[in-house]
Amino acid sequence: MQIVETLGFGQTGWGGLLLMAALMTLCVTLTALLIGAVLGAVVAAAKLSQSRAIRTAGGVYTTIFRGVPELLIIYLVYFGGSSAVTMIGAYFGYDGFLGLPTFIAGALAVGLICGAYQAEVYRGAFLAIPRGELEAAEAIGMNRLLRFRRIIAPQVLRFALPGIGNVWQLSLKDSALVSVTGLADLMRTSQVAAGSTRQYFLFFIVGGCLYLVLTSMSDRLFASAERRASRSMPAGIGQI
Amino acid sequence: MDFPFLFQTMKTLLAALPMTLALFSLSVLFGGLLALLIVWMRVGGNPVLSRFARGYIFIFRGSPLLIQMFLVFYGLGQFGFIRHSFVWPALREPFVCAVLSLALCTAGYTAEIFRFGLRAVQPREIEAARAIGMSGFLLVRRIIAPIAFRHALPAYSTEIVMMVKSTALASLVTVWEVTGVAQRLIAQTYRTMEVFLCAAIIYLVLNFLILQAMALIEHRLSPHRRAAVSLVPGGLPVSR
Repeated sequence: MQIVETLGFGQTGWGGLLLMAALMTLCVTLTALLIGAVLGAVVAAAKLSQSRAIRTAGGVYTTIFRGVPELLIIYLVYFGGSSAVTMIGAYFGYDGFLGLPTFIAGALAVGLICGAYQAEVYRGAFLAIPRGELEAAEAIGMNRLLRFRRIIAPQVLRFALPGIGNVWQLSLKDSALVSVTGLADLMRTSQVAAGSTRQYFLFFIVGGCLYLVLTSMSDRLFASAERRASRSMPAGIGQI
Repeated sequence: MDFPFLFQTMKTLLAALPMTLALFSLSVLFGGLLALLIVWMRVGGNPVLSRFARGYIFIFRGSPLLIQMFLVFYGLGQFGFIRHSFVWPALREPFVCAVLSLALCTAGYTAEIFRFGLRAVQPREIEAARAIGMSGFLLVRRIIAPIAFRHALPAYSTEIVMMVKSTALASLVTVWEVTGVAQRLIAQTYRTMEVFLCAAIIYLVLNFLILQAMALIEHRLSPHRRAAVSLVPGGLPVSR
């Protein structure tokens, strides 16, 4: 019954901390997904732009953030961000090392990566809109903003949903790497618990299972969202 | 720009490149073989094996690679029977643990990719092969495997690029590959941008070369999809 005590919610149990950590993982990933959505939309617009220079810039962004290891990007944001913060601190007369808050650094790093993937998803979704609909909207005199709001955005979101689901799963797993900065997410807490109880196997299995719960639950959620979003679509396009 | 520093950094990082390449090639090789076994279990028709393969794919695709790697590296050593068995001299090595967990993880993803490739093999092609008397291994070797592999290739090349990036995690179990060395340099010099630039260039060039090689293989494997070159000198290519 020692396992129950180690994993329980009592004084010496790690259960509460692990659940909190799972919540932290969800928060980091959600923040990253939102940052990534904004970045992704901008980069997708850049990659679809008329101007060659802007297109190239968008291409460079997606190439770098999809081609370089996630861990390296987390180091870049964390250490780079910390030295920037330290520099700002020195400007205001504080001389010493200032760290970028690990939550912000982690969410930003994962957001940068997931923005690159989301950009590709949104670009693909935009290209999936039938050209005729855009022309029709223009023909009846909708301006750009209205066209975006009424024609482009609803369809892009609908076509992009399966892709966003993939990106979410990817980011959920990438967020485990944020643990290297010391943020108390699920990975980090499993590690700390494993180290302090010397029960490595147990805690990494439990941590892994909690990740599996998160990924399979969000899988379900996205599947039902997809069904809901495609209920007005003619059968044959993206039905599950 | 401090070119001597960049040059020095590049030299230090390139010295770690063989380690990254060793991790990458060994894990892709073993992961690919394991994936073949799993996909055979998955589609073989035996319900027990199929269920096992499903479970394997679910677990290794649903949890972060880092937690799998820590489970192998820290978790297995917790058990006396493993520490006293003949595999321990190998499992004690961080390099072996890293390759093992990378291979186990990629096998889950690759098995799914191969399975989608298999679905592209049309029943009539198999029927035709059976009709002329092929069966068993000959059928797989001549008909199923080439078609399935060709269809799986685009997704497989994405997975291989993911593997290049995943080797970075080996640095967290004390294998000194490119990202680990880069992290050490950042911590020593606090020149995040320069070190990141050098490491990013190494990974991007590596990924570029791999994608080019995969594109070449794809090109070689699909001559039937291209227009046949006319044998008449100066004639137009004839499309089939």
